[in-house]
Amino acid sequence: MSHFSVVNPGVLSLIQDQGRFGYSQLGLTNGGPLDAGSANWANALLGNNANASVIECSIGGLQLKAHGASSFCVTGASLSLTVNGKPTAMWRSHSVQAGDIIELGMVSQGLRAYLAVAGGFGLTPHFGSTATVMREGIGGLQQNGGKLQAGDILPITVSAPLPGRQLAPALQPGFNYSNGLSLRIVEGYQQQLFSSVQRQRFYLNRYTVTPQADRMGVKLSGPAIQCASHSLLSEGICYGAVQIPPDGQPIVLLNDRQTLGGYPKIGSVLSLDCWQLAQAPAGTLLQFVKIDPQQAHNALLLHQARYQRLLATINAAGAADDHP
Amino acid sequence: MNKALYQLTIAGESAVMVYFEQKMAADIAGLVRQAAPLIRQALGPHLLELLPSYASVMVVFNPFSCDHFQVQQLLTQALSSLTAGNNQPGRCIELPVYYSEQSGPDLALIAKTKQLSIDEVITLHQQQRYQVYAIGFAPGFAYLGAVAEQLAMPRLATPRAKVPRGAVAIADRQTAVYPAVSPGGWNLIGLCPTPMFQPHSEPAMPLAVGDEVQFVAISKQQFLALGGQL
Repeated sequence: MSHFSVVNPGVLSLIQDQGRFGYSQLGLTNGGPLDAGSANWANALLGNNANASVIECSIGGLQLKAHGASSFCVTGASLSLTVNGKPTAMWRSHSVQAGDIIELGMVSQGLRAYLAVAGGFGLTPHFGSTATVMREGIGGLQQNGGKLQAGDILPITVSAPLPGRQLAPALQPGFNYSNGLSLRIVEGYQQQLFSSVQRQRFYLNRYTVTPQADRMGVKLSGPAIQCASHSLLSEGICYGAVQIPPDGQPIVLLNDRQTLGGYPKIGSVLSLDCWQLAQAPAGTLLQFVKIDPQQAHNALLLHQARYQRLLATINAAGAADDHP
Repeated sequence: MNKALYQLTIAGESAVMVYFEQKMAADIAGLVRQAAPLIRQALGPHLLELLPSYASVMVVFNPFSCDHFQVQQLLTQALSSLTAGNNQPGRCIELPVYYSEQSGPDLALIAKTKQLSIDEVITLHQQQRYQVYAIGFAPGFAYLGAVAEQLAMPRLATPRAKVPRGAVAIADRQTAVYPAVSPGGWNLIGLCPTPMFQPHSEPAMPLAVGDEVQFVAISKQQFLALGGQL
């Protein structure tokens, strides 16, 4: 079996698949790519199964060496991508030969990039998933929650080069948040514990992404939101839940959140918008926009339909012209 | 009739909370234990995640196979057979504990604060079966309750940077066994040699929400013979 080796893991590179579901009753969180939309495209452009293992590279700096012929694709945050020092397009599949060096520069817009290989990395799942959760010591290359390190060997399963396929630049998601970002939110959980004045404050003001942001969640700063109660029995926390701790500063909980928590929650951010939040650097201005559960469901189905339609068009068009 | 036993509340785009009366009590834990398999069966392949806790069950469904309307219908149907006071007892799991000042560095503090002898603290901790109310915080960390009023100790003002694996601990009226080395602010009273979370074994955990736990004192020799480490 052929493989890629890690020359330099960059700032933080983690193996992720779509996540670990059905183990929360053991205290295991979901994990999975913070920007699942970009990760899905990396796999889709290689014709992979959507759950194939990819590398999530935060901030950039990942360098890999191919030890056999394969194809790869990088999506997500904008960065300079090179193969053997030669600039190479993101959002497009490329073939590589043994000895080729793939290098991701530092991100210029967005925070997380995704690298997939044809057929996915051949890794052993841990509790049904290869998703790396460092805090839990679960998943990843060695099934111990470890991040990628120089010298790691990543087995690959398919060696036949695939035709180049790309997502046209106009259709690629953008990660420029200089004009702020809207987060659609479905109200729920303890929303009734927040008075109408507090809810208005929450929706009418802008909040800023703070540097306290990681795979567990994103802490925001802005006008404090008061809640009628601070102490609840611990209960399940879903993806995107907006928790209001006693200091009144909201926290949006993401992939590696703790499974249980006792702070009041006002609702949950739409998954599609959580992907964007995970790409937004500290200082980004946010505004919450309330939607009802039917609108949320519509948004998910419309996104999925658009994605399937684009994918079908790309598959029908076949290989992109193989020159830069 | 059953409606009064629970309430459905939206949590997110594809998540629903089933709430019971919000208290830490054995009868409520019994309802949670009754509800979980009913929900699992009713949602079938639509179910992505089911997370029981003290007085709630979180249900996460696949938004590409059903929606909130359908899930509410399925849940209402499934939970119509919930019956208060009709709770089958859960499994009871015995966990051995080496209680000592060596293995439980906060025993003396609890005894002094509560004006008990160390032996009385050890006896009181074993005197009742505990309910497994929730599992979370870290993989395999089970919240057990309720500890006798006389043993209720607040969390340490400054959490320890490193609590050993297997540490048996008390915080307020809850008790737990730390499944792995971690930071922690609970009061330590002993060590349990039974692994609470083994990520490469099946089952990974000896406990599940709804079970009961009986702690049983063992000697240092028995602790070491069972694989415990000091």
